[in-house]
Amino acid sequence: MKALSQKRRHPLAAIALLLMGLLLTGGLYAVATTVNEAKASTADFTASDTEEGQKLFEANCATCHGMGAGGTQDGPSLVGVGAAAVDFQVGTGRMPMQMNGPQAYKKPAQFNEQQTHQLSAYVASLGPGPAIPEAGVLDEQGDAAKGGELFRTNCAMCHNAAAAGGALTRGKFAPALADVSGKHIYEAMVTGPQNMPVFSDSNITPEGKRDIVTFLKQIESTGSPGGADLGALGPVSEGLFVWIAGLGVIIAFTIWLTSRTS
Amino acid sequence: MSAASTAKAPAYVANTKVGRITDFVDERVGGSGILREFGRKVFPDHWSFMFGEVALYSFVILLLSGTFLTFFFDPSMAETHYNGSYTPLKNVEMSVAYSSSLDISFDVRGGLFMRQVHHWAALLFVASVAVHMLRVFFTGAFRKPREMNWVVGGVLLILAMAAGFTGYSLPDDLLSGNGLRIIDGVIKSIPVIGTYTSFFLFGGEFPGTMIIGRLYVLHILLVPALILLMIVLHLFMVVVHKHTQYPGPGRNDGNVVGYPLGPVYAAKAGGFFFIVFGVIALMAAFFTINPIWNYGPYDPSPVSAGTQPDWYIGWVDGALRLMPGVLGDFHFEFVVFGYVLTLNVLLPALVPAGLVFTVLFMYPWIERWITKDNREHHVLDRPRNAPTRTAIGMAGFTFYCVMWAAASSDLIATHFMVSLNDVTYWLRALFFLGPIIAFVVTKRVALALQRKDREIALHGRETGRIVRLPHGEFIEVHAPLDEYKRYKLVGFESPVPLPAEPNEHGVVTRKEKRRAALSRWFFEDRVAPATPAELEASHGHHEAVEAGAGQKTLSH
Amino acid sequence: MGNHSDGSPNHSGTVATAGQNEVEKFQDPGIPPHRLRLADTDPKAAKRAERQVAVLFGTSVVGTVIFLVAYFAIDLGDDSTIATIRLQNALLGLGTAFAMLGIGTGIVHWAKALMPDHEVSEERHAIRYEDDRKAAVRIVDDIVEETGIKRRPLIRNTLLGAVALAPLPALAVFGDLGPRPDDKLAHTMWAPTDGKLKRLARDPDGTPIKASDVTIGSAFHVIPEGLNELHEGKLNEKAKAVVLLMRLDPASLNPSPGRENWGYNGIVAYSKICTHVGCPVALYEQQTHHLLCPCHQSTFDLTKECKVIFGPASRPLPQLPIAVDDEGYLVATSDFKEPVGPSYWERDEHERSINS
Repeated sequence: MKALSQKRRHPLAAIALLLMGLLLTGGLYAVATTVNEAKASTADFTASDTEEGQKLFEANCATCHGMGAGGTQDGPSLVGVGAAAVDFQVGTGRMPMQMNGPQAYKKPAQFNEQQTHQLSAYVASLGPGPAIPEAGVLDEQGDAAKGGELFRTNCAMCHNAAAAGGALTRGKFAPALADVSGKHIYEAMVTGPQNMPVFSDSNITPEGKRDIVTFLKQIESTGSPGGADLGALGPVSEGLFVWIAGLGVIIAFTIWLTSRTS
Repeated sequence: MSAASTAKAPAYVANTKVGRITDFVDERVGGSGILREFGRKVFPDHWSFMFGEVALYSFVILLLSGTFLTFFFDPSMAETHYNGSYTPLKNVEMSVAYSSSLDISFDVRGGLFMRQVHHWAALLFVASVAVHMLRVFFTGAFRKPREMNWVVGGVLLILAMAAGFTGYSLPDDLLSGNGLRIIDGVIKSIPVIGTYTSFFLFGGEFPGTMIIGRLYVLHILLVPALILLMIVLHLFMVVVHKHTQYPGPGRNDGNVVGYPLGPVYAAKAGGFFFIVFGVIALMAAFFTINPIWNYGPYDPSPVSAGTQPDWYIGWVDGALRLMPGVLGDFHFEFVVFGYVLTLNVLLPALVPAGLVFTVLFMYPWIERWITKDNREHHVLDRPRNAPTRTAIGMAGFTFYCVMWAAASSDLIATHFMVSLNDVTYWLRALFFLGPIIAFVVTKRVALALQRKDREIALHGRETGRIVRLPHGEFIEVHAPLDEYKRYKLVGFESPVPLPAEPNEHGVVTRKEKRRAALSRWFFEDRVAPATPAELEASHGHHEAVEAGAGQKTLSH
Repeated sequence: MGNHSDGSPNHSGTVATAGQNEVEKFQDPGIPPHRLRLADTDPKAAKRAERQVAVLFGTSVVGTVIFLVAYFAIDLGDDSTIATIRLQNALLGLGTAFAMLGIGTGIVHWAKALMPDHEVSEERHAIRYEDDRKAAVRIVDDIVEETGIKRRPLIRNTLLGAVALAPLPALAVFGDLGPRPDDKLAHTMWAPTDGKLKRLARDPDGTPIKASDVTIGSAFHVIPEGLNELHEGKLNEKAKAVVLLMRLDPASLNPSPGRENWGYNGIVAYSKICTHVGCPVALYEQQTHHLLCPCHQSTFDLTKECKVIFGPASRPLPQLPIAVDDEGYLVATSDFKEPVGPSYWERDEHERSINS
């Protein structure tokens, strides 16, 4: 008792107390704000989904994420990441990861839709987190122009203005968004997979996200009015094209032009 | 006197209507004399001589398509809301310049085609100028009497880059706007006058409302006028000098061998204009260039991944990327006497480009000083026959290409699945090592090709036919060359190092010693052309072999 | 060295022929004998070439027709789709390409196959003749003599002075190309107006942000409240004021003395304008806490107050001091404590005056 009270008077005690207080409020804040988004996250999951999901999880994911998804050295805790995170990571084949690396790659999904659903159900049951988006926000009927503005401000610096992807530091990259379903794009925004920041509903409203998905799907489906888009990579691919194809064809003509006819 | 002579000779009367018109003009401008001088002027024919024409024709196409674009483009930076037919930008706030560029793309019939023709032609224009200059350099066509024309060509290259830069900034889209912002940052790094220069250029703070209009005037008036002026000078000198020709039988510094202007060369050159136009039209038909609708209007907040300039500005951007801002604990930006010196921007923006252009402009005089060669040269060097020059050229080209590659370091990283940082580290090393490696490798390759030429000149071409000699040995039959083909391989000069010579006072100056050292460096590795005596000897050698006189060490 | 400067083409300098002489060199055999083409000997081949040329010219006519049809038959009305525009563009281009390539290849084929292909040799002439040079010198001397400029130094010197000064007005008229910079680069819109602190608002819609909106791991693109209402110079202000707002675990931030209260519960705001040449540094990696500039790859470490850890930038990104107002909204407690964006000559002076 005496020792404790002495420690209490230690000069660092005040700072420790302050830190604890800050951490507590910060944590509460975080929980409080995620709870806001956790609407309907368990709505369409049945008890058997959760049960099956747990079995799948223990067989396939627990090695890295730990029993009960509490996290290990090899993988983060999944408590509170929400169903959307699981649906995105497993649905795009990023999880289970083939090996540890700077980034998980998109690959053919290892689990079918039902299994993904069950895994989502299990992880969602561990703690409240972002839910799988409802069909209403994925109808691609939003305002493409508004979506374009939001996309350019919030997304284009990593994913490129035409969503062709771009490089991050030390081997990481922002993937191209063509052929990614609207649902997965939406889930990536709310969960912030890997190094992508989280775009919670308080940052970009569900309506705004719907606009973004609309914009992306629209530019993807219409294609470029000018012909082949050369990867939409901008001046680099255009320069390569003019040097290789443009000058190549011109040189072929000059050789023909200055050769002798037989 | 002239009155007397016209009175004597019966006046020429044309028979046909066309003839009468021609005669009318000719009497007043003296076209007959011009035609007599140039009508049958001889031009040598080689595919590598066509790049200058590609550049000229691209420029003509640029003028034509550019004129069309000016009819619809409005270089105003006033605020407006887009109301055209491209829905993903409907009602978005933007400048009038961007909005009118979108209108050209989506609402003017053929406007998109013209935009794409203009931009592809611009890329081709600068590329063909560059290739043309590489051809001139590697074949030694810059030597006397063409040094000044080489300089005019260099000025044209810079003007072409200026035309390109001022042009692609005009649509006021996000990509070019960020490009302008980078230019603004570079300008601000200039000591003493940087901040003022930036404010003068942009008419105040970046981005202001003036820059597009100003660039527009430069792009459609000043720069093209200068380019035209330089083209006139360039072509005038080509007429004065006549064209160079590759070495070969019947070709020497005193003649020019080729086809007469009329009809063959005129037909080929004229037809080639249509071919270049056709190729550009094909590119514009099927390949998007500068999709400004993807980038959105300029706004200082957003940016797109993969922000790069057009290819010809890329090398300067690449140099900016390669420069480390902090090396260990040393910051390249520091304060001197209360003012900021931004070496991390200033050095890469000025030094590599300054180096490349200084060497480029000075090179004819540098080589002339080292070789003390004051003769006129109208016969070109095959690149292999000037190994050191070729190696210098390749070193410079490699230096350029490393910076050029650095401008796409992020795309190299994503497309070859490597780390962006590693790409930068490697390119930083190559920035210094690349030119050296290129120099050594090129020189060795050139010397090896010279040896191969010698081998072929002396022993003929390998036929691939293996013959067994009576004594059991197998040899490959070599077909001897005819004298014309052989002359192509042996008819070149192979200078030896020129040692230091005393000047008129009998003193060998230090400068002269340096020159002699450079001359040694230039010419010490040489492969002399084969001589008739050697050919004679090699024939004897062959006969000896065929006679089976116990020769076992063959050099086939 | 003396004697190789007369410039005549065939003169042999000491350099080029050192180590060789005329006896040892192969002699130029002259232009190779002319080889006849098929069309020169076979009238059928000539006729065939003629037809080919005509077909190529015919293709050009087809191309022109394609262009005209594509131009007039496809109407770019208000409801035209991207696919229509693409089709029209492709057909216009294809038509032009056929029209041009048809004429071009036709003419060239004509020249190659049917026009005479004898190589001709033409003598080169000296670029300058010595007689001409002498005559020119004489003329120039006469001209100079007639002007009397050498004899009348007063005229010469006053003329030189006048000509030297005459361009000054031309330079002076460029003096108003732009205003003086003064200290415009040192201030942004974040400075409180009339004691009222500016709220942080979302880019582009301008709605204010509450601290509770910013969850851990998120990144907000921020403009000052009221920016969107500006009309004059909106982009100029935006170019300096844009900010990236992020929240991370407060424990991973390591604020230096004096900057502890510049953030709020792990929420920090940094200028988005790169200190290198001014691109928006907008790429935030929420796990590594690195900020990357997409233009030149400068990388900043958020946990070290945005110190440069890679790339060409040399200075950390300026931090915007923020707090929370009574209604829970994030506000900037002051302007940036240093000029934002790329460095410039007077920057240090401005920084000192801000902090004094």
